Order: sequence, then structure tokens, then C-alpha cells
Amino acid sequence: MSKLDSKVPKGPLADKWSHYKSHANLVNPSNKRKLDIIIVGTGLAGASAAASLGEMGFQVKVFCYQDSPRRAHSIAAQGGINASKNYQNDGDSVYRLFYDTIKGGDYRAREANVHRLAEVSGPIIDQCVAQGVPFARDYGGLLDNRSFGGAQVSRTFYARGQTGQQLLLGAYGALSRQIEKGNVKLYERHDMMDLVMIDGKARGIIARNLVTGELERFFGHAVALATGGYGNVFFLSTNAMGSNGSAVWQVYKKGAFFGNPCFTQIHPTCIPVHGDYQSKLTLMSESLRNDGRIWVPKNKEDAEKLRHGKLKAKEIKEEDRDYYLERRYPAFGNLVPRDVASRAAKERCDAGYGVGETGLAVFLDFSESIARLGRNVIEERYGNLFQMYEKIVDDNPYEMPMMIYPAVHYTMGGLWVDYELQSTIPGLFVMGEANFSDHGANRLGASALMQGLADGYFVLPYTIQNYLSNEIRTPRLKTDLPEFEKTEKEVKDRIDKLMNIKGKNSVDYFHKQLGKIMWDYVGMARNETGLKKGIELIIALREEFWKDVLVPGTTAGVNTELEKALRVADFLELGELMAMDALNRNESCGGHFREEFQTDEGEALRNDDTYKYVACWEFKGNSQHELHKEALDYEFIEVKQRNYK
Amino acid sequence: MDLTLKIWKQKDSKSKGRFETYKVKNISPNCSFLEMLDILNEQLIYKGDEPVVFDHDCREGICGMCSLYINGRPHGPDKAITVCQMHMRNFHDGQTVIIEPWRSRAFPVIRDLMVDRSAFDKIIQAGGYTSINTGGAQDANAILIPKVDADMAMDAAACIGCGSCVAACKNSSAMLFVSAKVSQLALLPQGKAEAFERVQKMVETMDKLGFGNCTNTFACEAECPKEIKSWNIAKMNREFIAAKMCSEKRKEANFAG
Repeated sequence: MSKLDSKVPKGPLADKWSHYKSHANLVNPSNKRKLDIIIVGTGLAGASAAASLGEMGFQVKVFCYQDSPRRAHSIAAQGGINASKNYQNDGDSVYRLFYDTIKGGDYRAREANVHRLAEVSGPIIDQCVAQGVPFARDYGGLLDNRSFGGAQVSRTFYARGQTGQQLLLGAYGALSRQIEKGNVKLYERHDMMDLVMIDGKARGIIARNLVTGELERFFGHAVALATGGYGNVFFLSTNAMGSNGSAVWQVYKKGAFFGNPCFTQIHPTCIPVHGDYQSKLTLMSESLRNDGRIWVPKNKEDAEKLRHGKLKAKEIKEEDRDYYLERRYPAFGNLVPRDVASRAAKERCDAGYGVGETGLAVFLDFSESIARLGRNVIEERYGNLFQMYEKIVDDNPYEMPMMIYPAVHYTMGGLWVDYELQSTIPGLFVMGEANFSDHGANRLGASALMQGLADGYFVLPYTIQNYLSNEIRTPRLKTDLPEFEKTEKEVKDRIDKLMNIKGKNSVDYFHKQLGKIMWDYVGMARNETGLKKGIELIIALREEFWKDVLVPGTTAGVNTELEKALRVADFLELGELMAMDALNRNESCGGHFREEFQTDEGEALRNDDTYKYVACWEFKGNSQHELHKEALDYEFIEVKQRNYK
Repeated sequence: MDLTLKIWKQKDSKSKGRFETYKVKNISPNCSFLEMLDILNEQLIYKGDEPVVFDHDCREGICGMCSLYINGRPHGPDKAITVCQMHMRNFHDGQTVIIEPWRSRAFPVIRDLMVDRSAFDKIIQAGGYTSINTGGAQDANAILIPKVDADMAMDAAACIGCGSCVAACKNSSAMLFVSAKVSQLALLPQGKAEAFERVQKMVETMDKLGFGNCTNTFACEAECPKEIKSWNIAKMNREFIAAKMCSEKRKEANFAG
């Protein structure tokens, strides 16, 4: 039904976006008032888009599952946001940010989208400062920058270790202003359950009111999803407990294509797993790698003693330490991209050099920086992160090196969108982490915030008008149309089915098992045998879930177990597609590492001849997915093997 | 460790609530408080009961969703931390732990430990922003901001909107929350243009929504997980008085400012 057309404008790379903006159709002010837009999710992308569209005069309905839009998980982003301002006079430019992002993504992202992202990165900072976002400044009153992985310039703007919080509160303020003005209507504690399509177009959603338990119908001339990533398929991840893939999965089942589902980012610096009661993993910002040095002991005996508490990190002499990132990648050192740093940590731990009780941890050591810069400088830069670490681990990182290990953090994959951020369903747009578009096979640090705000402030508000300009004759449709009724009935049946299983095992029991399968077979290192086994196990677990899950309570009123059950039911399908995609991609690239495809030095080995494409999956019924390919033609840059040495 | 939990249970906003007693066993000191509640809930589900409902999301102390009143203190016994970051090493074997929702008329209970904090959103909607539209902002470095101002604005902006200040206050005052936003924006040149209008609108909305007054006990500051300082309240009062006296005539306002 849908055809893959990326709609990338013609012309030189640097002119594509301005050309598009100058020629796209607009909607006049009196018609904007007559058009309704549904936005699902209030993170950076959702809140900024809702605010911007409200300012333009559209009627916006915005949804979040939390009790307030300010709590979306963008708030937890710590380190910063990239922008090619070149305030540090270190040679940064739009082209360099574009190039670093394409290269960091291991040449699996669409050139035109990434260039646009780099172009609007500067205006994002301007916008946020005007909102009163208190970015870090130096003594002259100018904005300060730090470095992040995969870049040789300092282009990351930050607000202590709470950059995501400050950017989100800026967008939340702008959104609140539009709510006050009546241009945006907020529906908090609402979970999107399904998409309503009329005549092949997205026309509304069915949402569950999480307080009353009732299903509610909402109409929109267009629907935009900004629902984040699906990392919680792994159960343990740095995502919030409520982060889920359900909106994305439901629209996939309605016909939207899914791009590169297997591209998952494993973040190198997280607090290691410590017990089976653990509910989530906590990230320690990548910015720490500016001043922290990563190491493990050179000798296995020392590692063994460390694991049994017979030796302390400080007692290991300098010459007995292996700063393996600095050794393997002298050009980038501790600031290699995340996928590279994660794999290197896993390699050392698998080889028997890991530390911590489980042997699945490496040191992140600040002693040298503290000696060089003073404790107060380190405290000013990372104080809240050090405090967070100490509260969780009960160890003082000013005195002892931190222990860290990789954990699931971000999903580069997501719903396929064209240059206009429109999915293969007309009228359905997708922003931020929920789409697949800008990060290829690996996202660089501090680029998620950039993409979320780029999509929400500067891209979607233009591109959605190009679509809506053809909808000005469509009246506000009534939600008692048969399409709404039918979709609501389907949702109700799904919920009733879950409630009536009355099995023996809790939702978490299944979610934890799914997470383990995903981590073991679809995690940091994958291979054909493991992926096939993983798929079998997921299918078996899904069958068991639908026979044996126990959802207590009723559908009326608050039922947090039912909320979880609905999400896990979708993860049990999505996990399988991720494994299928990983199995299809017979190469290693970015965060996707297939053990069969590596260089002699253990680096990812891409296969550009066969796999230089976006894998676009189409739903064809239970466990049936059809692969389409969007070829990635690099017109403007030379595709090379990534080299951070 | 083994613990006895006394937890507030309430079916919905209209029903009457009561304390229920539960036991949990073999809790690791490295377990977080919310993970301990997860363990309790699994126990309840397998017994055929309904789990205890509580708000939580990021579990890393930044979203502001978790909101438990533990042994008489919002966010429990540890300082400068939210419930989700607090670990069980703060408790001892055999202890009885009393868990309640935030207590405030402005935050009605939705179910068990879950409360409705939309009043906070309404206060922000009244003016907790700079009134600028997307696009057209000048270069971010065009206005120099002294580091000390930016740092103080950041201190205030660190508020996570959890509501523990209101829960801690004997008057259910929201002054710390409101003043943190007022003060952040009043400290920055970008927020100054409408500072007087902002403080009046936000305070008026706060009063309307049923929050109490500030009587300078500073329980809010003591219990704030992000250590928002009470000087923000003083700054807000100053802004408010200046605004009341001067907002009629902008010129006079400038003399006072």
C-alpha cells in the first residue's frame, strides 16, 4: 500500500532545507484555527512541537501518561545538547557537526535529514536561552561548552548535569503558555491505545484515561507521535519505568513502517547491575568522560583480588593499570563514541579483567583530574552526578573511582519517516527518539536533545503544514463515526482479553524474562545462532504470557498492572522484530555488532555493498513482517571505515 | 532485613482511606525504597490482592513523580534525595515504616499514595515562562549574563516540581515551588521584561488553588530533595511587593527595580 519515498528535496545539500521551507505550502491564519493536531508525548519533541504549533494558531491536543508534561523522560538527560555555534573558536561548523553525526552513526543515516539537524542546532540554543534556560556560563558571561564522544571540538552546551531537565522545562513553559491561551488542550494521565484511520489517513486516537480507566476518543486532522524509544523491551534500561513502545507498535500494526528496529544504543557509563530486585539502571553522563579516565587492571590476579574485596582500586599502581580506550584509540581516547566504548568495556570484562562483585564493571577514575583541577572544579562540573552515584552505590567517587558498565539507553531505530517526518501512513508524523531518522546505527552523545528540539521547534511545524494545507476543507470529524467505534472496540477487546486470562504469573515476571532474552541474544553482541534462538524464546514466552499472565483488579479506575500488561504485550511482539532485523543485517555497524562480522582488531565490519540501506519493516500479521529497503545514497560525503584511532 | 509497612490505602478521591499493615522479608540494604515496594506488590499480586498504587517514573531523582511521605517526612529520612533514590540502607531490621501520600488539600488523593498535583501545572500556566514564540530569537551570546546570576538561576531552576515543599509545610504553602520559578526568571535578563506581571499572576493563582501562606518555618527548604533555598521566597516577596507598588506605571517600576 505505502510506497517508500524519502521526499528529499533536490539541490545542493546545504540548500535543501531552506529551499524546502521557501516552497512548502502554508496554511493561512484563519484556517489554522480550524485544524486540530494531536500530539502524543510531552518530552522535548512533543512539548516543543505542541507549543510551536499552538503559537502558530493551530488547535492542539497533547497527551502524556505522566501526571504532568514536565515529567517526560527527556528530563533525565544529563550531559548536554550539541550545536555548531563554534563559540569556542575550535573550528566547528554546520558541515562538521553534520559529518561527525553521519560518521558517528556509522554511515547508516540519511544525509539530508542530518544536515538539516546540524543547520537548526544553532537556533535551538538561541531559542532556549531566550526562554530563560540557565546554561552554564563562564566568568565573562558567555556560554560555556564541553566535549562529548565522537567529536574533536567542544560543541556541547550544558546546564550542570541537568541539561535535559532545563531544556524540557523551557519547552514545558512554552507549552504551558499555550495551554493558558487555550490553543493547546492538555490530557495528562492518558495512554494512547490505538490510532484511528479514516480513508487511509490518520484521523485520531483512542486513549485510556489512567485515572478513570475509561477509553476516550479524540479527533485530529493530523497525528504526531513523540513517544520516545523502546529500550524498556530489555526490562533493565536507563529509560523511565513508564517509557514504552506501545504507541509506536500500534501504528506499526496499522501500516506505518518500522526503520532499523535492531539499532539499540548501549551506553558505556551506567551503574552496574547489583541484584535481581533491580528495576532500572542509572546512567552516569557521558560528560564524565571529559575528565574521568577509564581503566581496568593490567593483571588478571589484581582483577580477581578486586572482585573479592582483597584489594582496592587506589592500591593498584599506575603502571599496573590498563587505560584501554586511550591505548586502543589514542586520537579520541576516553571520548570515543558510545558503541565503541561499550564494546571495549565488554571485551575487557569478558577477557577476565572486569572488576566489582560480578566482574562486570570497569573503573571511571577522576583522581588525575582532581589533582590537576582541584576538587571544587570537578564538583562544580559533575556535583549532582557524583552525589547520585554516592546515594545509589554508597561509595564516594571523589575518593574511589566509580564503577561502571554498559546498559541499554536509547533506540536509534523507530518508525520510518520521510524528510517531512511523515510516516508511511498519511497524516501520521513521528518526532524525536520515536522515529528512526537522524542517528544511523549509533547516536552521538548530546545529540538526542538536539534532535528532539529540532524536530519539535523547527522541522515539524513547517512540514506538517505542507500536509495540512490539503486538509483545510476537511471539517472536524465527529468521534461517533464507525471508524472510531470500531477501533475503540478493538482496544476494549484487547484489554478484556488480558484481564480475563487470570493466570498465575505477574506482568513483571514476563517482562524480566523478556529482558533477559533480549540482553542475552539481541544485546551488545549478536550472532546468527543466538538471534534464532532468541526469536524462538520470545515466541514461546509470548504464548505463555497470553495464557498465564495475571492482571489483578478491574478495568475501572487506576490499574497500574493493566497499564504495564498492555505495554509488555507490545514489547513481546516488538522484541521479535528487533531480533529479526538483527538477523537480517549480516554486518556490524554502530550499535549493531554481529560477532561474525568484525575486523582482526575486533572493530565493527560494515558491509556497504549489501547493507547500505534502511531496513523498513511492514507488518503483515502475527509474526509476519516484510522487508523493504530505502537505499542510502551518499551524494556529498565519502563513505569510509570509521576510525577513532 | 524484615520490615513492617503501614501504608495508606484509599480506593479513589471520594472514598475514605485507612492504613493497612504489610510485612516484607529479606530486603537487601542495596535495594531502593521503590524496589522494596515492587517486592511488596509482587507479593500482593501473587496472593490475589491488588497492588499498592504509587507514582514513580524515572527512578533517578529528576522527574519529580515519586511522592511518598515516609515516617513523617516527605521523601523519607535521607537528605537532598527523592524517594526513588533512597536505598534501604537507611532503615534497619525490624523497623516499622509508615507510608502516606502527600498531605495537602491542594493535592487530592487519586488512589492510595497517588495524588493529583495538577495545581502546580496551573501555577506555571499562569506565567512561569518568558512570553516568546519559536523562531526569531537573537544569538544566544548576544546578551552577557554574569556567571553568578546564571548560577543562581540554575540553583532555583533545579526544582523538580515534586511537591515535597507543600507536603512538608504545616500550612501547605507552595511558596518555595512558586518562588523558585519566579526567582529563576527574575534573575535572567530574558525574564525581566515581564517579571512584575509574572509574579502577580503566579501568586494569585497559587492563592486561588488552596495553598496556604508562608510563616517562615522553612520545613520546605529542609525537606526539598533538590535543596532549593528559602532565599527564593524572600526574592519572590520582594518582586511581589515591587510589582504591586509599581506595575501600574512601568517607569516607576524601573526606579524600584
